Amino acid sequence: MKEADFDYADVQGLVRFGYGHLKSASYSLLRIKNAAAARAWLRGALQSNAVTTAVKASPPPTTALNVAFTASGLKELGLAEVVINGFSNEFIAGMTQESRARQFGDIEENAPSHWTWGYAAKEPHLVVMFFAEKERFDAFVQDSRGAAWKEAFHEIDSLPTADLDGVEPFGFADGISQPEIDWGQQRESKDIQLDYANVVALGEFLLGYRNEYGKFTERPLLEADATTNELLAALDEPGKKDLGRNGTYLVMRQLDQDVHKFWQFIDKQAGGDAAERDKLAAAMVGRKADGDPLVPIRNEPIPGIDEKQASKNQFTFDNDPAGARCPFGAHVRRANPRNADFPERPANTLKKLITILGFGPNRFRYDLMSSVRFHRILRRGREYGPSLKLLEALAPAPPDDPPRGLHFICLNANISRQFEFLQNAWIASSKFSGLSGESDPLLGNRESLPGCPVTDNFTMPGSSSLPRRVSGLPQFVTVRGGAYFFLPSLRALRYFAVVGNA
Amino acid sequence: MTPQSGFMVLAPVIPVRETELRQLLDSMNDGPGRVNPNNALIPFAQFEKLHFARLLILDDNSLQDRAIYSLPGDFPLQFAFLGDIDCEEETFLKELAQRAPEGLRRLFSCCRDFDPGCDLLAWMKRHRSPAIASFVNCRGRTVRRIREEVQLRETLDRYLAEKAATLAQMSPKEIHAKLSEFVAAEKSAGRLTLSGESPTPIAWWVGNALHMICLPLLVLLASPLLLLALPFYLVRLRYLEKTDVEICPKVDMVYSEMLAVAEDHFVTNQYTAFGSRKPGLVRLLTMIGALGVVNYAARHITRAGHLGRIRTIHFARWVFLDGKERMVFFSNYDGSVESYMDDFINKTGFGLNAAFGSAIGYPRTRWLLFDGCADERKFKNFNRRHTIPTQVWYKATAYLGLTAVDLDRNSRIRKGVEKPSMSDAEAREWVALL
Repeated sequence: MKEADFDYADVQGLVRFGYGHLKSASYSLLRIKNAAAARAWLRGALQSNAVTTAVKASPPPTTALNVAFTASGLKELGLAEVVINGFSNEFIAGMTQESRARQFGDIEENAPSHWTWGYAAKEPHLVVMFFAEKERFDAFVQDSRGAAWKEAFHEIDSLPTADLDGVEPFGFADGISQPEIDWGQQRESKDIQLDYANVVALGEFLLGYRNEYGKFTERPLLEADATTNELLAALDEPGKKDLGRNGTYLVMRQLDQDVHKFWQFIDKQAGGDAAERDKLAAAMVGRKADGDPLVPIRNEPIPGIDEKQASKNQFTFDNDPAGARCPFGAHVRRANPRNADFPERPANTLKKLITILGFGPNRFRYDLMSSVRFHRILRRGREYGPSLKLLEALAPAPPDDPPRGLHFICLNANISRQFEFLQNAWIASSKFSGLSGESDPLLGNRESLPGCPVTDNFTMPGSSSLPRRVSGLPQFVTVRGGAYFFLPSLRALRYFAVVGNA
Repeated sequence: MTPQSGFMVLAPVIPVRETELRQLLDSMNDGPGRVNPNNALIPFAQFEKLHFARLLILDDNSLQDRAIYSLPGDFPLQFAFLGDIDCEEETFLKELAQRAPEGLRRLFSCCRDFDPGCDLLAWMKRHRSPAIASFVNCRGRTVRRIREEVQLRETLDRYLAEKAATLAQMSPKEIHAKLSEFVAAEKSAGRLTLSGESPTPIAWWVGNALHMICLPLLVLLASPLLLLALPFYLVRLRYLEKTDVEICPKVDMVYSEMLAVAEDHFVTNQYTAFGSRKPGLVRLLTMIGALGVVNYAARHITRAGHLGRIRTIHFARWVFLDGKERMVFFSNYDGSVESYMDDFINKTGFGLNAAFGSAIGYPRTRWLLFDGCADERKFKNFNRRHTIPTQVWYKATAYLGLTAVDLDRNSRIRKGVEKPSMSDAEAREWVALL
């Protein structure tokens, strides 16, 4: 299929766009008060074409609205239990389950019980995401809510966002690297991928299509009848209707960033030296403040990274095996190690076999990492809170310092293999890539583990010197809320809008 | 070199005592998944040669699957106590009987044919259950050696923090010389011990050498016969592969959460999987053959620290039950179960298929090694359904917070310290470990 032929009109726009040109946005976290009224609101929104699709419009829209539901929200809306059970277990169980929280490092200060939203009575049923040009925003939100809103929903919170001009609160360019979705499904699902590629199978980001294993991810498949008439057939089971098709999971986490603490700690480590300060901060992030990578851009192109992005993204860590340029523990190297299925490109079948049997080079860090293509996410988050200049950050925080941070939002078709794996094995783990005693320098909770008292280090390997180790990193980021949502296709939304009425 | 081995005692539970046994097991824990290493029944922490131990009731969730093949599904519940050790099984059982006789008697009294007046050691020996295949991450790495190497690392860390400014100016070779000198001084001052290798037990050495030579020899001798049988075997295997039933329903959330409650409390996790073998001679031979190869490779071929490409498994073993009708797999691995499974699927899928493809319900394989777990979702569903709770699990307190890769690093650091001189490249690589 050609990319242009894809049925973008059935996909919510957030999958394809971040709506970067719409500078104002807010996320309404809602509980359903009255299911019939909620369905009526949804019907109204659909009838007036208020739900923005992934169709490319020219000129781009001046407003956008997307909507996603939690499992309890779907239940509240009137979806049958057996249908909901077709979704993945992690979606149904939710982010706050204790065993999950433990895996993510959501303990102590980060624990769900302390969250301002997402836990117990403050678990949302749905999130309505509003995006608009600044001057239109208030009127747009007002209009979109309409008459049924108040009757339908109880608003837990309306999360405001801030336009920091592509920079996250610590001051680093954000959202630079995103996987390229293979909309046309041109990429063969290969058993083995020898080179890092930024093009990822459609099935990793939309339900109902083949993923990186060439298989289909779990989602509800329904019997064909009058109510499911409008839904598309499942590609792998043509007799069934696919409620998941063209939909995906949306993971949301509110991450408070203590910008004062971050820069003051770094400044202290740098002894007040500006160049040294920038260097340490860049090492922790894994990019310079303007987004430039710490490793050189390579000459050969990378599939899925076009010329426009080349200066920021055409690199892998192959040329930095010792981590001397970009530390192993740097945030971006943890979040995307940019590797392939084999640690070093095997030249021939024999070399491949040697690696498979475990007889590759006997180096300490050889082959420690999982292949990243099974663990990619699309990030769609936005910042909140006023920006803070470096000098302000270095000064003591005023008592009424407003909160700042990131509404982290990511999309993925398999929460457990994508978001959860990343958060657990790569971000929160103090054992990532042969490291010991350090979790993500930005996101880590610094909590000790049994037998592992120290997790607050950050190590910068040298090319031919002792690794430099910074210790005593405080917790810079605190989790304030979170939930798993299902971002349905337009067809599924239409189904939701009527199904409970019967 | 002190070879590691395993012990396992297995006995059927008296049905009316099951609840009592479960309560006893729970009493050994501080909470689900968190053993009290000094619990009153078996004070694990006192056993210096013990790496891992677990006590569990082998409760097979998939017994109903046997009906597909019209196999009987009534087996008595079994109670298993097993572990990984730095000595021979018998020596360790003796130590157990000496140090924890009362606790063991209380536990085993819930088993059939345990007579309170019996000789505990003899009873345990009678109920041994040997592994058909096993894997040891690094043979010769004893708990004692691990402990000493941890101390070395900590000593070096302190020294490095103290002398950071001086060492930062030095070349890797100079750093190596300086640290070797420091360690030598610490050793002679008695503040640090790095014991040499103990002599390898002769009997073990002979047995191992015989195993290494005889097994291939046997296969070689039988090869004309094997070759003759091969076409028939392959035809039959392929037929079975095409017709066998897959049983990989979506994971039961309540069950999975019950398992998860006991997981991820430490950097290392336990894993126990239980299931039945598909019936028939072809499947039986396939399973014995596959595990024979796994065992041989793990014992004689794999590189220390590696099970193929996987470097996160400390110890693993396969045990047959009920006349090879059922099989249990036990392992101790680093990280969460999701990353463990991903590692297996992506890095050693063929091994996984060979070792478990003969289990009832396993995702469809092709020529024994292919497909199978490559259907990630089916495999993960299959796996979670066959995972059973491990009531009590102990990891040596000496390295509770360390992964297998951590242990590897410590060993490399130690090796480097003991090396009189290094090339520039070697020194660079070594210094990067610090």
